[in-house]
Amino acid sequence: MSDFEPKIVAFVCNWCTYAGADLTGTSRIKYASNVKIIRFPCTGRIDFMLLLKAFSNGADGIIVSGCHPNDCHYTSGNFHAKRRWIMFKELMDFMGIDMSRITFSWVSAAEGARWAEVVNTTVTRIRELGPYVSYKELVNKSVEEEVKNG
Amino acid sequence: MARIGVFVCHCGENISATVDCGKVAETIGNLKHVAYSTEYKYMCSDPGQTLIKDAIKEHNLTGVVVSACSPRMHEPTFRKACAEGGLNPFLCEMANLREHCSWVHEKNELTTEKAIDIVRTQVEKVKLNSALQPIKVPVTKTAMVIGGGIAGIQSALDIANTGHKVIMIERSPSIGGHMSQLSETFPTLDCSQCILTPRMVEVAQHPNITLYTYAEVESVEGFIGNFKVKVRKKAKSLDEKACTGCGLCTTKCPQKKIPNEFEQGMGMRPAIYVPFPQAVPNRPVIDRENCTYYIKGKCKICEIVCPTKAIRFDQPDEILELEIGAIVVATGFDIKHADFFPEYGHGRYKDIIDGLQFERLASASGPTAGVIKRPSDGEIPKNIVFIACAGSRDPAKGIAYCSKICCMYTAKHAMLYKHKVHEGKAHVFYMDIRSGGKNYDEFVRRAIEEDHVNYIRGRVSTVFERDGKLIVKGVDTLLGAQQVEIVADMVVLATAGVASSGAEDLAQKLHVSYDSHKFFAEAHPKLKPVETNTAGIFLAGACQNPKDIPDAVSQASGAAVKVAALFSQSELTREPLVAIVNRTSPPTYSTCVGCFMCQSVCPYQAIEREEFKARDGKVVKTVAKINEGLCQGCGTCVALCRSKSIDLLGYSNTQVYAEVVALLNEY
Ligand SMILES: Cc1cc2nc3c(=O)[nH]c(=O)nc-3n(C[C@H](O)[C@H](O)[C@H](O)COP(=O)(O)OP(=O)(O)OC[C@H]3O[C@@H](n4cnc5c(N)ncnc54)[C@H](O)[C@@H]3O)c2cc1C
Ligand code: SF4
Ligand code: SF4
Ligand code: FES
Repeated sequence: MSDFEPKIVAFVCNWCTYAGADLTGTSRIKYASNVKIIRFPCTGRIDFMLLLKAFSNGADGIIVSGCHPNDCHYTSGNFHAKRRWIMFKELMDFMGIDMSRITFSWVSAAEGARWAEVVNTTVTRIRELGPYVSYKELVNKSVEEEVKNG
Repeated sequence: MARIGVFVCHCGENISATVDCGKVAETIGNLKHVAYSTEYKYMCSDPGQTLIKDAIKEHNLTGVVVSACSPRMHEPTFRKACAEGGLNPFLCEMANLREHCSWVHEKNELTTEKAIDIVRTQVEKVKLNSALQPIKVPVTKTAMVIGGGIAGIQSALDIANTGHKVIMIERSPSIGGHMSQLSETFPTLDCSQCILTPRMVEVAQHPNITLYTYAEVESVEGFIGNFKVKVRKKAKSLDEKACTGCGLCTTKCPQKKIPNEFEQGMGMRPAIYVPFPQAVPNRPVIDRENCTYYIKGKCKICEIVCPTKAIRFDQPDEILELEIGAIVVATGFDIKHADFFPEYGHGRYKDIIDGLQFERLASASGPTAGVIKRPSDGEIPKNIVFIACAGSRDPAKGIAYCSKICCMYTAKHAMLYKHKVHEGKAHVFYMDIRSGGKNYDEFVRRAIEEDHVNYIRGRVSTVFERDGKLIVKGVDTLLGAQQVEIVADMVVLATAGVASSGAEDLAQKLHVSYDSHKFFAEAHPKLKPVETNTAGIFLAGACQNPKDIPDAVSQASGAAVKVAALFSQSELTREPLVAIVNRTSPPTYSTCVGCFMCQSVCPYQAIEREEFKARDGKVVKTVAKINEGLCQGCGTCVALCRSKSIDLLGYSNTQVYAEVVALLNEY
């Protein structure tokens, strides 16, 4: 298990977390290279079906991160994301998805160090959990095909 | 068939020191649909950009991925280069190999692998990009200035003098703001009214300025260059054209016991009143809440005495609908009042007053004609105590910030007192003296050294009354926290400057941010101090934070320049990364089911209704439609729509799905 390199996708908003991750770079703070970022204009744009999409494509862990409450570039996108997340979380939990594989956080454009910390703690946690093989067992084949093909 | 060009940048050694750029370019070059892949030391340099432009033509590229630094840094550079090379700029994406890879990881295999994944992902995305055209929107060259204090006045005059129309909205019956209440102004001690009144008159007479007083913003729709503002002009109960401003009504009104706001409650006014003698416009309004006719149904004395028959009891509020291109918010500030300071006896003892009340006492046109008399018995105080930072810099009171103006006006007050009551003693309790500003520290020193004001460094713990005197208890920290007690005839509190009432409500109508103290928030604390986060809405004066007149005026002129710059173009162009609701052929028209859930989440009210009609004119379907002028491209509606009818250009469902798939799968 020790040489297991988890695959982690991060869905982040452009204005806070993406910029915060840029700052991690300009500050030359090192973090684990397992996390790869996909940029969205706002967390409000993040359709949580994408999380299932990521798991079905082999993600071991997921980070969703945007602006702190009240700081959303579009004023309220992150509130809608949060609200949707609360509902979706219940549903995913009910479906048997391992919620400890998902990190939901706020990282601002000024929090370069915090981004590194979010990544590192997530990577450590997922490393301990091991590869997410049980997702495959959870989803029956036909559903999986459907999810995979969009 | 897509033909993608990939350009891997070394960024000097910033990327190449940890990422094997050669390997990245080579691996990517072998991918399907990648027609050209290369590396270069500095992609953003002139030769780097030329390389891209040439490759677009030579290899007939249909998309470009520049694998370099953050798109937040150079996306505009490379999009422009692509456009110059003949490729639609929106067919260019950036892969962030520097901030998100080379700078944050060690040099090893995994880092290069990650770099390849990042580039691959963008290659998959760019294949699905579509050529977009920038959106052009017209500009209405009329500005609205909300608030007629010195900041609003300055902004309005500056904009009007560039030749553009300005509409000023002031909620009280006169413009002038707090400055009209001040006696003399630091650091020069020139009379406030004398320098302000000419400006007020200029506003009223300027051919480019339309002034609406007793008016408030009701609602704001639209976007930069194209705001639609509804303004409620409250009924003044007066035909302003017929009124000559003779003032007869105000002298005959039987209702005379209404605390005068302009005198900070230290005088009375009638129900029909002009707020102060120099008011602009110099016409009365009826305060309906206190007018006998509105309360009891009879009186109408003003109507009877008015020589021009200008009184209109049945006048309704009027709603104006205005087309506006830019907005300057200049709604100013307020100060904390009595109930906030129980420990200082404020509100309990008549002779404890606030700074604005002192201004009125010191003002030649004030209730005491400029003689410093205490409110309780009209005596001239022999001993006066000024308490600075009353509420400010006190996290326990919820106000952690420094109100900035109090140190200076407290020195001014002590000085004015000494100039008027030569034998009197003035004491100032302060925490620190903050007198940064041109000639400001010299001013405070003059109060201490020439006017012998007794400055005591320390906080006051309580103020109470004993035998008709006010006992001020505090400490002198310069004397080793020694207890001091001063027996005073009058106490003046420099109460904290706070957001003006209704600021939060207005900010919400305007869709601009405000801070935890309800002051309007600037777009950037250093580089965009007059902009808000809503394009086309600017800030001037103390509505942003407490500030003095020179600062308020400078910012007001800054805001005016921003408006003038905006009005120098007749069209604005903006990025076309907006949402769209799909359209299909009849009879479906769109997969949208018309639930309009999206309407309720859009922060910009950008979602409209479109009706489809049958030949007989009957509406057969109503579906959502995005106003691309209003949409800012947040995508909240896209994630919400349950029938997947909305998509976001530049971040479409297929694009982000393709990114996820590319990122996680082997190639
Ligand atoms: C006691 C005291 C003494 C001072 N002495 C000095 C001094 O000596 N020198 C100096 O440089 N500065 C001094 N100042 C500071 C000075 O008063 C301010 O810098 C100045 O008034 C700020 O101007 P403004 O236009 O931003 O705000 P304001 O003067 O507050 O004007 C705001 C205007 O907007 C209007 N308004 C508010 N909300 C709305 C709304 N929703 N719609 C429409 N209109 C609205 C208000 O009615 C008001 O007319 C002093 C302040 C105090 C409290
Ligand atoms: S949420 Fe979707 S289906 Fe509902 S109105 Fe909006 S676009 Fe139409
Ligand atoms: S993308 Fe955002 S701004 Fe545009 S219509 Fe949808 S919710 Fe409104
Ligand atoms: S822009 Fe960051 S969460 Fe909305």
